[in-house]
Amino acid sequence: MCLILGVPLAWVLARLEFPGRRFVRALVTVPLVLPPVVGGVALLLVFGRRGLVGEWLDQTFGLSLPFTTTGVVVAEAFVAMPFLVIAVEGALRGADVRFEEAAATLGASRWTTFRRVTLPLIAPGVAAGAVLCWARALGEFGATITFAGNFPGRTQTMPLAVYLALEQDVDAAIVLSLILLVVSVGILAALRDKWVAA
Amino acid sequence: MSLAAQLVIKRDGFTLDVDLTAEPGEVVALLGPNGAGKTTTLRALAGLLPLDGGRITLDGVRLDGLAPEQRRIGVVFQDYLLFPHLSALDNVAFGPRCRRVPRAEARRRAQEWLTRVGLTEHVRKKPRQLSGGQAQRVALARALASEPRMLLLDEPLAALDARTRLETRAQLRGHLAAFPGATVLVTHDPLDALMLADRLVIIEDGRVVQTGDAATITAQPRTDYVARLVGLNLYRGHADGTTVTLPDGFTLVTGAEQQGEVFVAFPPSAVALYPTRPDGSPRNTWPATVTTVSRQGDSLRIDLGGPLPAAADVTPAAAVHLGLEPGREIWASVKATEVRAYEA
Repeated sequence: MCLILGVPLAWVLARLEFPGRRFVRALVTVPLVLPPVVGGVALLLVFGRRGLVGEWLDQTFGLSLPFTTTGVVVAEAFVAMPFLVIAVEGALRGADVRFEEAAATLGASRWTTFRRVTLPLIAPGVAAGAVLCWARALGEFGATITFAGNFPGRTQTMPLAVYLALEQDVDAAIVLSLILLVVSVGILAALRDKWVAA
Repeated sequence: MSLAAQLVIKRDGFTLDVDLTAEPGEVVALLGPNGAGKTTTLRALAGLLPLDGGRITLDGVRLDGLAPEQRRIGVVFQDYLLFPHLSALDNVAFGPRCRRVPRAEARRRAQEWLTRVGLTEHVRKKPRQLSGGQAQRVALARALASEPRMLLLDEPLAALDARTRLETRAQLRGHLAAFPGATVLVTHDPLDALMLADRLVIIEDGRVVQTGDAATITAQPRTDYVARLVGLNLYRGHADGTTVTLPDGFTLVTGAEQQGEVFVAFPPSAVALYPTRPDGSPRNTWPATVTTVSRQGDSLRIDLGGPLPAAADVTPAAAVHLGLEPGREIWASVKATEVRAYEA
């Protein structure tokens, strides 16, 4: 979901000049600095049953996001997407526009150029961004618990389980924490080998 | 497929205003100093820069409103811009693929073009595994494989070392001769222009200052830049018979009669230098001061200051004999028969 939303967003930010671009960029990156709990509250206000968009969604489609599995996805995407957008935008800025010009003179449309020239050129950036994004989502806590709650089997993520287990069963909490730690270190180690060192 | 273009581009403090024509099969070279607007002209033709005025017609069809991908103009860029993630074959097949040619057929055509430029055994290589000369040929094949109506080349040989350059230039000449459409070539190297082009267009400061075939331009330069390029001393003055008066009052005697505003040119090799005022047949004699001495092939190029600034070529032996060094006062002379005057 982050890939589908994030890559086009990054392209727009990197390649198009439009008024208010600074503002959009600030808006995209704001979850980076915002305490996740605040993000969760913001999401509740917008997508909640009485929220700006949520009310409309509820009435037209009978959809309700808060406290559902979809809600978890939305909350984690909200918090983690800036990592992807920033990584991909950086890669796009670093990529030479002249390759895109060369493709155009060979008769490639904008979409063909993006698919066959730009995307392969920035693939490492997209992959690194996606992994970082995923890793951030894995560790997400604040926005998720605020927006989606903590229902085992439906909206309980691993960090939430750790938090709960800490109050009931300390050993289980330690095991879960260790798993998370190993996965996180594994991801970062793999990232370093593949992209940072290359 | 003839090209007629009038290009006007304004960019912070720089105005490009160039008229350009090219006949089918003709190779036109844009020659000029750095920053004169050569590459800008090429990018405008390809559609990578929008025009601020003027029009581009190719074969009677207006091109200036079209996006680059709709113009069918092949471009060989200065540093080739081969797609680094594709093999040589897929780079060349890219154009046909964009024109909806099926994959197998596009590959077959690409193979054919790579064979034609002599790279049969390198088709699977990625661009970074190719040498400069090979990459240049892949770029040419890629541009030609999309069957363009016109071909543009931006400094096609500038990135190559001297030996590869000689070889590649000869091959490029053959490929350009075989291309049926018009070709516009940008270069700052007069040798490339003279060897590859049928007609030269000299651009200085965003304007065309002279056009013509190689023989005319080398014999009758019209600006200092062109004169330096082809190695002539050039002046502008007013002719009355065989006497030409320059703006500062200096007079030169020429071989043939002319009237009115003229250019006067003579080669540095025609200038003779003497330690004292010579007498005898040379009709043009003047005192001069040596300003710089530099190497020019086997001889030395002496730049002279004084009433008539000029360049002179002398042998190293003569330079030693005359004690030529910056600041030395000498006499210079040119025979009237070596001085050519032509209409300005």
